Amino acid sequence: MSVKVLIPTPLRPYAGKQSVIEVTAQTVGEALNDLVTKHPDLRKHLFSEDGKLRSFVNVYLNDEDVRYLSKDATPVKETDTIIIVPSVAGGR
Amino acid sequence: MALKIPNALHKQLRQHGEETYPHECCGVLTGGIDEEGRKTVQAIVRCGNTRTDSLANRHNISPAELVRIQREAALAGRDIVGFYHSHPDHPAQWSATDLAEAHWTGCSYVITSVEHGRAVLTNSFQLLGQEENKRFEDEHIEVIDQ
Repeated sequence: MSVKVLIPTPLRPYAGKQSVIEVTAQTVGEALNDLVTKHPDLRKHLFSEDGKLRSFVNVYLNDEDVRYLSKDATPVKETDTIIIVPSVAGGR
Repeated sequence: MALKIPNALHKQLRQHGEETYPHECCGVLTGGIDEEGRKTVQAIVRCGNTRTDSLANRHNISPAELVRIQREAALAGRDIVGFYHSHPDHPAQWSATDLAEAHWTGCSYVITSVEHGRAVLTNSFQLLGQEENKRFEDEHIEVIDQ
């Protein structure tokens, strides 16, 4: 099924400058896989060399962090939105 | 490249740092980015600091809060264009921690020094490069009447 993925501003140059991309998937993992298949330049910004999501990349399904759901195996519905949000932190 | 920010919002983000002193404040800048990458701030969103273990010298914005801000900004036709935080009793200059924890390439990172509870300098730095070679560059803040 078709699911929307919201792309944050820093990743849009690697996603054809789009803010929303439709992917075909049954799970969050499939959705991210379809996303990087359609936009290969995104891969290294989302995943480390061992294929794991980079530590500073948060993936939400609607309002829920997928790490607290079933991670990659989290099922998605047609009306769902996947949101990619890099972390924001710092300090002196 | 300059970061344009209306005077009222510039004042608000500096005031936020005074209110949370001696702790760091943090927040998000939303607005527009033109085709040449020039950013104009149209709204600021105050955020809570989740680093309750080290409030005076660390800040962290909850990803859930970022998701909400990103969604609400999109509904208003805006994007996240940057972030701000304060450095209590410390210069308005990015730190090694700021760079290590910065991941929004192209966005502005605005830092206000707050000395003895009073906002002093506000500087902006644009994050450039990619994760492996990222760097901050000084960015002029253009305060506009609006």
